[in-house]
Amino acid sequence: MKKLIKNGKIYLDGKFENKDILINDEKIEQIGSDIQNDNFEVIDAKGNFVLPGFVDLHSHLRDPGQTNKEDIVSGTKAAAKGGFTTICAMPNTEPIVDNVATVEYIKRKAKDLGYSKVEVIGALTKKSEGKEISEIASMIEYGIVAVSDDGHCVQNAKIKLNAMKYASSFDIPVIVHPEEYNLAGSGQINAGKYSTKLGLGGIPGLAEEIIIARDIMLAESSKCRLHIAHVSTAKAIDLIREAKKKGVSVTCEVTPHHLLLTEDLCENFDTNTKVKPPLRTEKDRKACIAGLIDGTIDFIATDHAPHADYEKEREFVLAPFGINGFESAFASLYSELVLTGNISLELLIEKMSTAPAKFIKKNIGEIKEGRVADLTIVNLDDTICLTSGNMLSKSKNTPYLNKTLKGKVIQTFCNGRETWKA
Amino acid sequence: MKNTNNFVGRNLYDLADFSKEEIISILKTTQAMKEINLRDYKKLPTLRGKTVCTLFFENSTRTKMSFELAANRLSADVVSFSASTSSLTKGESLQDTVYTLNAMGIDLYIIRHSCPGTPQLVNKYSGKPVLNAGDGRHAHPTQALLDIFSIWEKRGTLEGLKIAIVGDIAHSRVVRSNLIGMKKLGASVTVCAPKTLMPSKMEEVYGCTVDYDLKSALKDADVIMGLRMQLERQSEGLFPSLEEYTKRYVLSKETIKFAKKDALIMHPGPMNRGIEILPEIADSNQSIIIEQVANGVAVRMALIYLTLGGKI
Ligand SMILES: [Zn+2]
Repeated sequence: MKKLIKNGKIYLDGKFENKDILINDEKIEQIGSDIQNDNFEVIDAKGNFVLPGFVDLHSHLRDPGQTNKEDIVSGTKAAAKGGFTTICAMPNTEPIVDNVATVEYIKRKAKDLGYSKVEVIGALTKKSEGKEISEIASMIEYGIVAVSDDGHCVQNAKIKLNAMKYASSFDIPVIVHPEEYNLAGSGQINAGKYSTKLGLGGIPGLAEEIIIARDIMLAESSKCRLHIAHVSTAKAIDLIREAKKKGVSVTCEVTPHHLLLTEDLCENFDTNTKVKPPLRTEKDRKACIAGLIDGTIDFIATDHAPHADYEKEREFVLAPFGINGFESAFASLYSELVLTGNISLELLIEKMSTAPAKFIKKNIGEIKEGRVADLTIVNLDDTICLTSGNMLSKSKNTPYLNKTLKGKVIQTFCNGRETWKA
Repeated sequence: MKNTNNFVGRNLYDLADFSKEEIISILKTTQAMKEINLRDYKKLPTLRGKTVCTLFFENSTRTKMSFELAANRLSADVVSFSASTSSLTKGESLQDTVYTLNAMGIDLYIIRHSCPGTPQLVNKYSGKPVLNAGDGRHAHPTQALLDIFSIWEKRGTLEGLKIAIVGDIAHSRVVRSNLIGMKKLGASVTVCAPKTLMPSKMEEVYGCTVDYDLKSALKDADVIMGLRMQLERQSEGLFPSLEEYTKRYVLSKETIKFAKKDALIMHPGPMNRGIEILPEIADSNQSIIIEQVANGVAVRMALIYLTLGGKI
C-alpha cells in the first residue's frame, strides 16, 4: 500500500512548506497540497517536521569482530532511532576492512538485516598499518565510498603521499584521522588547563594540526580529494579555511560532541567524555560553530564509537576512547545549537543530510519527487532522555545519558520502509 | 578544638575537598597524634574493631608502611592488597577487586594507583570512605598535608610565607596537592623547573608563580622544597643529562643563599643526593626532611582517626 504523510512541515529546497508526501514502495511518488487519501496508509504528521533522512559519514559499527560493542543490526537500529537513513562504516573492525570479502560481508548483512543503509569505507593501507596501500581499486568495484585508516593515522609522509596519489587515480576521497603519534603520546584529554589539573596526559591540538597541515600539502601535490575527519581545534579550522581559499580539494567534518562539549567535562573522570580527538576548549568549540556557519566545515558526522559498559567502567586512563553518537546527535544539536540561537534548523539539516549525501555522491539527502523515500519525522517540542534501558545501541557510552533533550525523532523511513517509530 | 567531627565518612581525594578551617583542624589533630607518637606506649584503642584496607597498585613501600603504622597505632585491623601495574590491563577489574574486598567488611580504603581518578571509583564501587594515597600525577593529599603540617609546626602559620618548589613539576602529584593546600592557607608559591618539566597553564590553574630560573625562584623564600629528578625523563627527551640539570637546578649552599637565611629545606623523598639536592643542604640545620617522615605517620593517623569517627 502507498503511504501518505499528511500535514507535515516538509523541508523542500532549503525551506519548510506545508505539503503532503506520497510514498510508493521505495520512492517518493508525489509531493503536493492535500493529496487524496483513498486506499493510502495515512501518516498524520501534523505539527511535525519532515526532514531528509540524516546521513552519517563517520561511524563505527564494530562488525565484524567486536560485536560485544555493537553489530550491524544494533548499530543500524540505533541509527534509525536517531533519524539516520544512511551511515558510513569506518574500516577499523576485526579484521580491518582492507579486502573485498569484508566489504561484501558488511554490505550483505546490512542489506539483509539492517535498519538503515550502510555504505562502506575501505582501509587506505593494509590492516591500517600505514605501510602498504590496500586494494583500493578492487574495493571500489564492490562499492566503497571512501578510504581511510580512521582510528589510525599514516605517520610516514612518503607512504601517505603515494596512497593519496593512488587513491586519486580512481577519484575516491581519502579521509584522514589527523593524529601525530609522538605529539599525542599517551595523552588522555586535551593538553591544557585540565590535563595539568587532573594530572592526565595531554593531547595537544598540535598533534592534530600538524597532520592536517601536512596532508593539505600532500593533497595539493597529489590532487587527491582529501577529507579531514573530526576537526576539533580553532587552528585546524583556520588551516582548512586557508587551504580552501587556495583551491585545495579539501573538505572536513565535525562531530556533535566537539560542537557542544568542552574539556571541563572530564573533571569528574567520567570515561564517557574520553574521546579522540579530545574535547577541547570553549574557544575551539566556538571556532567549530563558526566554521560550520561559514562553510569551512562541510558537514556533521557522529563518529559513533560504541564501547561496552564494562570497557568504559574502569580507570580513566585504561578506558577506551569513544562516544556513542547516533541516538543523541539530532536532539543534542537541536537543543544546544538551534534552540540556543547559534545556528538555524535549516543549516543543521543541510549539515546532517544534504551535504554529507553530496559528499558520497548518492542521490539522497533531499526530499524530491522520484527520489528514494529516506525521511525523518521529528517533533521539535517533544523530548528524549536516553537511559541504559532505552538505548538501542549495544553500548551506552554517551555523556548525554539520563539528560533530557528537545527534538524527538518520531518516525524514520528508509527506502520507503518504516525503520523507527517512537 | 571543636567537639564535633564533620570528617566522618568523608573521602579525601585531594585538598580541594576541604576548606581552610578544615585543613587547620586536621593539622591540630595531627599535632595531638604526634604527641602520642612521642610516648613510650604509642597505641590508642580508639579504632578497635574497625578494618582499614590498603589497596596499592603501585609500589611504594614508604607510603604503605606509613599508612599501616598509622592504622595500627589506632588499633584498627589492617588488610593489604597489592597488585602490580601490569595486572591493571590483564588481571581482575578494579570493580571486581573492590566488590570482593568489600564483602569482607572494610571500613576505610586507602588507595595508591597510577591512574588519576581511581580513588573516586573505589568509593563508587564500595560506598566506603577513601583516602587517596597518590593517584598518578593527579594528587597526593596526605603527603601535602604532612608537608604543610611540617611548615605550620615550625612557623605557626603559612599566611604570607613564600614557598619555592623546585624540580620535576610535570610528573609530581605532590606539587599539585601542595599548591592547592598551601594557597588555601595563604602562602605564595613559586614553582621552578625547565619548561619541559613544567605543565602548561600552572598560573591559571593554581595561582602560583612560574620561574625557569632557580636563583630568582628562591629569592627571599621562607621554604624550599626539592623534588626527585628521575633519570628516565632524560630518555623521554625532557632534559639532556643529570649533570646539566644539576648545574642549573640543584639545591646547594651556593643557590639557597638567595632564600631567607633560616629558610626551611624540605623534600618529599626519596632523595637523589647530588642531583636535585646536595648533602650539605639535605643534612643541614635548616633541613626538616627527616621530620617530614615522622609527621607523615601523625598526619595519616589523624586522617584515619577523623574519617572513622574518632572524637576530637
Ligand atoms: Zn577517528
